[in-house]
Parts: sequence; structure tokens; C-alpha cells
Amino acid sequence: MTGYVATIRVRPKAEVRDPQGEAVAGALRSLGMDVADVRTGKEIVVRFGAPDESAARATASKMGDELLANPVIEEFAVEVTPA
Amino acid sequence: MKVAVLRFPGTWSETDFAHALSLVGAEPEILWHADANLRGYDAAIVPGGFTYGDYLRAGAIAAISPAAAELRRAAAEGMPILGSCNGFQILCEIGLLPGALVRNRHLEFRCDWVHLRIESERTPFSAELRGEILRMPIAHGEGCWVADELTLARVEANGQVVFRYTDARGAATPESNPNGSTSNIAGLANEAGNVVGLMPHPERCSEELLGGTDGRRVLEALTASRHIGTAPAYVQ
Repeated sequence: MTGYVATIRVRPKAEVRDPQGEAVAGALRSLGMDVADVRTGKEIVVRFGAPDESAARATASKMGDELLANPVIEEFAVEVTPA
Repeated sequence: MKVAVLRFPGTWSETDFAHALSLVGAEPEILWHADANLRGYDAAIVPGGFTYGDYLRAGAIAAISPAAAELRRAAAEGMPILGSCNGFQILCEIGLLPGALVRNRHLEFRCDWVHLRIESERTPFSAELRGEILRMPIAHGEGCWVADELTLARVEANGQVVFRYTDARGAATPESNPNGSTSNIAGLANEAGNVVGLMPHPERCSEELLGGTDGRRVLEALTASRHIGTAPAYVQ
């Protein structure tokens, strides 16, 4: 087993409104910044062991599918690096 | 009628629900989620609260509790199941109800009274209430129901929308929508009609002392239900 760090980035699907992003965009504009659009999301960093990188990637995707993202409203991307 | 009321870490409406259920003649029992066994009960309630601190997404962590598998099994067998507020969010996260509940469009937490029109009486919680306008309290920050267009069209066509936010006269206006929910949807059912979720709190308006009694009617509909444990009765 080798140690890996998976970074799972979850964000609202393009067609789902992101009121938090809209509020942040408004706040940035109030600071005088020329902002066209803001989308927010979350980053989840998981350390775990796996036989190899492709197994680690598969495990991280399973985490996204089964818990970290809700497929009705969100999509996620996975990045895996050796710990 | 024996009604199981589920308690997760962070549930806060279970004793209120148990009290309201006893007012309508049901026998409520509060069950800890991790060892919840719904066999022997006639109905189940998933109450409101902030299970697991709403971490990740409201209801997401409760949705992988052992109680989720038990709710799935009982739902498939036709057990009437009601989720209110966080309970509605949990039922959506489990996949027993369509769509998802996201942050209120205006980003504000809303603690208020709202009016709801009963759109369907095809559920054990709304039987013989169609067209009635009920007044109930809400208290939530993530009650905006969303779904893709296909799902929305399907729930409307199937009569799965059970509660819609309206004004006091029953008109579904943008002003009467407290959270930006799609098509003013306040609550809906699964296809079979035995699983129902809504953002408002029927248990918090079950006696005069609380400022209203309309929530009692939803629970009375359940205790008067003649379809207990017979899933096909709800299928169209």
C-alpha cells in the first residue's frame, strides 16, 4: 500500500444557480473589482492508502459518487498525488 | 397506530413530533438511527434538525446511516414515511424523493409562517385535504427545491407535488415563495405516494398554544389513513 492524497473538487452543475457565488460576485464588485461571474464550490482533501495510483483514483471517484457530491445538483473532479 | 420517529445526531424536532402524534391518537416511539428497525411500525417520521451539523450538504451524512437502508426497505413495502425540513432533505439525499434542496435563493435563513395549498390527496398525509390552504411555520436556510426540467415535468404530471407555497388565498405568487423553490414547491411525494417530504413543520402547529393547528390535519390524515402497509393503494 502506498499513501495518496486525493483532492476532490465539488461544484454546482452549470445549470444550477449558485446564490453564494452571486453574493460573492456582488461583494467583489462592491470592492471595485470588475467581476463577470463567480461560482463557488468546495475542496475535500483525503489521505488514504491504495495499491497504486489508478486504484487510488478509483477509490476517490467512489467517494465522490457515494457521498461527497450529490449528482442531482453537483459535479466533481478528482486529483490524486502520492502522499 | 404505531409511528416510528427517527433521531439522528443533530435532530431537534423528534420530541415535538412525538407530542403532536400523541395528540392525534397515534403511539409514537423515538428510535435511534443507528439501530432503527421499522418492522412492526405503521408509519415513520424523519423530523427536522441539523443532522451532522449540515456538514457536506444538509442531510448528506444522515443519508448513509443504517436508517437509510431501513427507510428504503420500508418505503418499498409501502410504509407511509414523512420527512419534514431536514427530514425532507434527508429523504432527497437518500433518493427516496426526487430533486434536491439547496441554499435559499436570497441566502437568508427564514423563520416565518407560510401558507401552503394541498395539491394532491394521493398520499397518506394529505388524504381528503386537496385544495385546502394550510398555515404552517418554516425555519430553514436550505429549502429551495431544485430538479432538472425532466424531473420537474414528471413530478407535476404524476401529481407528486403535494404542498405549494401560496398566499392566504391560495395563489402561488413569487411573494409567497419563501426560499425561491422551483414552481413554489414546498413538499412532494415519491411516485407511489407513500413517501412525502415538506420544508414546513406540521409538528410546530399542532395545538392552539403554538399559534396554529393546521399541522395536526396532516397527522390526522395519517391516523385516518385506511391504506396502511399496502403499497399498491398509492400507485396510479
